[in-house]
Amino acid sequence: MNFTLKIWRQRDAHSKGEFKEYKVTDISSDTSFLEMLDILNNDLVHKGEEPVAFDHDCREGICGMCSLHIDGHAHGPSQAVTTCQIYMRQFKDGATITVEPWRSAAFPVIRDLVVNRGAYDEILQAGGFVSVRTNSVPDGNAIPIPQADAEESMDAAACVGCGACAATCKNGSAMLFVAARVSSLAKLPQGRVEGARRAKSMVAKMDELGFGNCTNTGACQAECPKGISIAHIARLNREFLAAKLED
Amino acid sequence: MGCFLTNSSLGRKLVMSISGCFLVLFLLFHMAMNVVALIGDGSAYNVICGFLGANWYALVGTAVLALGVLVHFVYAFILTWQNRKARGNVRYAVTVTEKGVDWSSKNMLLLGVIVILGLLLHLTHFWSKMMLVELMGQHANNLGLAPTDGAALIQYTFSQWYNVVLYLVWFAALWLHLNHGVWSMFQTVGWANDTWLPRLKCIAKLVSGLIFLGFAVVAVVFYIKSLCPCC
Ligand code: HEM
Ligand code: SF4
Ligand code: FES
Repeated sequence: MNFTLKIWRQRDAHSKGEFKEYKVTDISSDTSFLEMLDILNNDLVHKGEEPVAFDHDCREGICGMCSLHIDGHAHGPSQAVTTCQIYMRQFKDGATITVEPWRSAAFPVIRDLVVNRGAYDEILQAGGFVSVRTNSVPDGNAIPIPQADAEESMDAAACVGCGACAATCKNGSAMLFVAARVSSLAKLPQGRVEGARRAKSMVAKMDELGFGNCTNTGACQAECPKGISIAHIARLNREFLAAKLED
Repeated sequence: MGCFLTNSSLGRKLVMSISGCFLVLFLLFHMAMNVVALIGDGSAYNVICGFLGANWYALVGTAVLALGVLVHFVYAFILTWQNRKARGNVRYAVTVTEKGVDWSSKNMLLLGVIVILGLLLHLTHFWSKMMLVELMGQHANNLGLAPTDGAALIQYTFSQWYNVVLYLVWFAALWLHLNHGVWSMFQTVGWANDTWLPRLKCIAKLVSGLIFLGFAVVAVVFYIKSLCPCC
């Protein structure tokens, strides 16, 4: 298969970027999108040009490192998969494919298609954990948890922190990510203890970092590679408002 | 200002939700009241207009309502401005409408502005010829009608085709705004889950549809009546 790629190129955070066009030819339909970019980069290096920088790590859909806005979709044209799980057979032969970095004020572009998603780490550090002192509490596995609660918690815990939600949202809101984190712990007895503090400090951090106000468009859940539901956002709202009422 | 209603995103959304909910409840009341104008010769409707003249409770109601609209309006602009800033200066070259996302959910401010413009027009058509006239101590408006003769005012306003068109555009914008707004306000206060989200969306369609039809039917019926004097 042959493709024309329109790729965003930008030297560093401070320089102005622009789209550049590249051709890739003889690509097998079983090539993954990232492998196709590897092939392009191989060509570029052989020609003495700078390769295209893009994020990736596990390439098996579990780490959340890959990003890319492909033809208008965060994580490309498929539903509920990360960019590394996109294959070239999903595109028409001869197609022109536009590849952009995440666009959100809180995720500045570092180089080409790589953005700094450190803001999500900062939100996690603000409260996305449980505090456990060794030898003072019963073993976590010994606490009985209703199966439905465990399921809901695990659904939320599937979030890989990729940033597609804020990158997709027209309001640049990080609510789906924060909701997934708060929700996964709120449904477990271990997480309940710090529930109120967690909701407040994670929301405060999210606001401080300049993410926008959620208006419930639902675009995030449509593009989330892990299918996180906006029902978790409702739970975050409940957790936060209840915590505020107690203040 | 140290209050979460102004300095937290979820607090600001709460204000949006509560003020929006208040306006929805008012609209349901207003719509129910309007439909009475279709009954009989309009004297029933004028009884309501009499109740809601320049009495203290109607004035307090009007002031609270104006405050609700103002808060909702001001917050809408603050929220939207912050959201544009959060989105950043560089926009995507290619955008799509994501699966399951309503157009209105992404254009709430635009729809809201249309609603406000319609509201201003509506106030010049009715409020300024009714409550304002009474407040100024006059016994007839510039059309020569008694300020409590709401039925005649409706008749006059909707005998002009362009008013009917303008009002229908206004109602349609409101309908779209509430298509999203009514379920969104429940989600914002946290009253939603995977079972209730589809139900709330359905309720939103019903409520917004009811409000649209209730208002639209009065405008259209009075226009048709103005065309044939016998009916
Ligand atoms: C009678 C008039 C109006 C009613 C009944 C109404 C109702 C609502 C409701 C119920 C919501 C949802 C609140 C939430 O999501 O928590 C909402 C949101 C919103 N409204 Fe209004 N509104 C009206 C007028 C306006 C006006 C005049 C504007 C702006 C100029 C406006 C702009 C917005 C915006 C930007 C949102 C945020 C979107 C969202 O959070 O879903 N509205 N409105
Ligand atoms: S909620 Fe979904 S889109 Fe957002 S960071 Fe988690 S996995 Fe990515
Ligand atoms: S590279 Fe790990 S999820 Fe895509």
